[in-house]
Amino acid sequence: MAKPEVLGIGEDYLHKYGFYDAIQPVFQTGHGLSRRVVEAISYEKNEPKWMREFRLRAYEIFLSKPMPSWGPDLSGLNFDEIVYYIKPTDRKGRSWDEVPEEIKRTFDRLGIPEWERKFLAGVGAQYDSEVIYHRLREDLEKQGVIFVDTDTAVQKYPDLVREYFGTVIPPHDNKFAALNSAVWSGGSFVYVPAGVHVEIPLQAYFRINAKNAGQFERTLIIAEEGAFVHYVEGCTAPVYAEEALHSAVVEIIVKRGARVRYTTIQNWSKDVYNLVTKRSVVYGDAVMEWVDGNIGSRVTMKYPSVYLLEPGARGEVLSVAFAGDGQHQDTGGKAIHAAPYTSSRITSKSISKGTGRASYRGLVQVLEGAHHSKCNVECDALLLDENARTDTYPYIEVNEQQVTIGHEARVSKVSEEQLFYLQSRGLKKDEALTLIVSGFIEPLAKQLPMEYAVELNRLIELEMEGSVG
Amino acid sequence: MSNGIPLLEIRDLWVKLPDEEEPILRGVNLTLDAGEVHALMGPNGSGKSTLAKVLAGHEGYEVIRGEVRFRGEDLLEMEPDERARAGLFLAFQYPMEVPGVTIANFLRLAYQRRFNREVKYTEFYRILLEHLKKLEMDASFASRAVNEGFSGGEKKRFEIVQMSLLEPGLAILDETDSGLDIDALKVVANGVNSMRSPDRAFLVITHYQRILNYITPDYVHVMVDGRIVRSGGPELALQLEAQGYDWVRSELAGVVQEG
Repeated sequence: MAKPEVLGIGEDYLHKYGFYDAIQPVFQTGHGLSRRVVEAISYEKNEPKWMREFRLRAYEIFLSKPMPSWGPDLSGLNFDEIVYYIKPTDRKGRSWDEVPEEIKRTFDRLGIPEWERKFLAGVGAQYDSEVIYHRLREDLEKQGVIFVDTDTAVQKYPDLVREYFGTVIPPHDNKFAALNSAVWSGGSFVYVPAGVHVEIPLQAYFRINAKNAGQFERTLIIAEEGAFVHYVEGCTAPVYAEEALHSAVVEIIVKRGARVRYTTIQNWSKDVYNLVTKRSVVYGDAVMEWVDGNIGSRVTMKYPSVYLLEPGARGEVLSVAFAGDGQHQDTGGKAIHAAPYTSSRITSKSISKGTGRASYRGLVQVLEGAHHSKCNVECDALLLDENARTDTYPYIEVNEQQVTIGHEARVSKVSEEQLFYLQSRGLKKDEALTLIVSGFIEPLAKQLPMEYAVELNRLIELEMEGSVG
Repeated sequence: MSNGIPLLEIRDLWVKLPDEEEPILRGVNLTLDAGEVHALMGPNGSGKSTLAKVLAGHEGYEVIRGEVRFRGEDLLEMEPDERARAGLFLAFQYPMEVPGVTIANFLRLAYQRRFNREVKYTEFYRILLEHLKKLEMDASFASRAVNEGFSGGEKKRFEIVQMSLLEPGLAILDETDSGLDIDALKVVANGVNSMRSPDRAFLVITHYQRILNYITPDYVHVMVDGRIVRSGGPELALQLEAQGYDWVRSELAGVVQEG
């Protein structure tokens, strides 16, 4: 029996594009970023010139931008140690045996089906044969819905991509958006034609030719007028990251009267810096809803945003973060009211355990002319023990009269009396604590599709294990 | 009384708060046998509620001396949840709210722990509805968050729902009557009376005699300053109602003077 061929990083690249010897060292070492790495990514993907130029421009911007001067400590992040691009063909070379035991055990306990586990662990990704998947794909195609990975979209729908790509989050927005723009790979491209309602949630792992949820995925969703789509990203199982940095960009365009809901539950392994830029532009009478759950990672910085551009636009951000030992979850939301009669609501719930730290960071901006805007911000923090920490950084800038802004922040501790009450009914202390936490995140859980709500609860249970000495 | 071991036996129990010198309970002695209903009366601050919480296992108190046996087992060695699983139940004076947690989810867990068997959600729902109905609580409570937004009376009634569901061997009612109007009081008393049985005992803690018109106790004890100073039959409660706690205090003072 012949051994399956396992390719090293860049070997296949050299075989195919041997003429491009110049970049060989980069691919051999696989670490660090340079103009050549960016070029190589683009060549490897056989991208059109405009995309290559976009990447190179973004790379320059990345170099020129300083690190954020605010927020969590990012000093542990070393850009030179990161592998920015691993070809999908090479990734398939990873075998199930290489996936760490800890991750496999968690999959077991979450009861995740085999094929999904492999996807989550980045082992292969060919699910085209799945029956459900096929049917879904045909239905969507009939309606004119496009749901492909973003690389494929660049090839198959270049005009559509070019029209919107980088328009919501331009590379110069922030250092990590620039980085993503330079080295992005994978992610979803969703286009929903006017008036089309996609009845079932689109899930990333049903994606055609699904590539691995990469470190720098790029997602672009366009809902034409009156369209509706619910996109569910990722996974409630731990995402087995290959690198210590995950920096995605998600851009969403919600045209008049359309409605988009974007749900993510992510559970990164404990050493990952998760620095994500998510933003939507919302036109007249349209609705954008972000539902964002963050578990795991070393540091997460994520503030899904809604830019309300025309009257009647509405935006909602619901975020939940669980900061365990040694973790810093810096999350929240942004609402920019750029037109009159717009409304937004930001709800943030965080749980800190052990030495974990959860921060709410939010920005509400009412621009001149955006009269009769309404915004409500509510942050709720739950501390599970003495060392746990929570902070709130609510920024509110109002440049218009006649607006309604509400802000509420609450910090609660799990009280001994509450625990005692539940224990006195026969629940063990850790069960009681888990129940209190699940009650706390219930407002998020009930927004999730059933299977995600169940998985989220199980995840929280796993996180809670050993909370009680 | 079955095997000669009392259901609950409290001997010379002394209890204080961790950061205070003065004990709250100063040598409590009390024995309850299965089948009995005991009323524990006393003025505010006499230590009745402290006794209830210590029996249920509240960690905020320090037992200085004494012992408590539940069916012969050392109760003070057990965690609160172990006590509950062993059949001890405390109806709280101030039931806690648990936001986001439905009564059905919470009590299904409690039920499973108490009876040590898994029960399907649908099956449990049916069981729960029976008990809610018994206490004249609407079925919709099953899907409401535990005690959240309940009126004072609903909270108390819900405590009795839980007692009814969990079929304890010993139920301690800590001022369940306080804050109840007369109709609610009757509903609660009916709930308790329907559960009286030869293998179950009740310790009804109350400030007022009123509830004892509906739940007839076998014994009445009076607690003053952390000690049971008098025990008797139902007539003791009536005497207290007529003469007030000052009467016991003055008698007590007399005893002390004599001694």
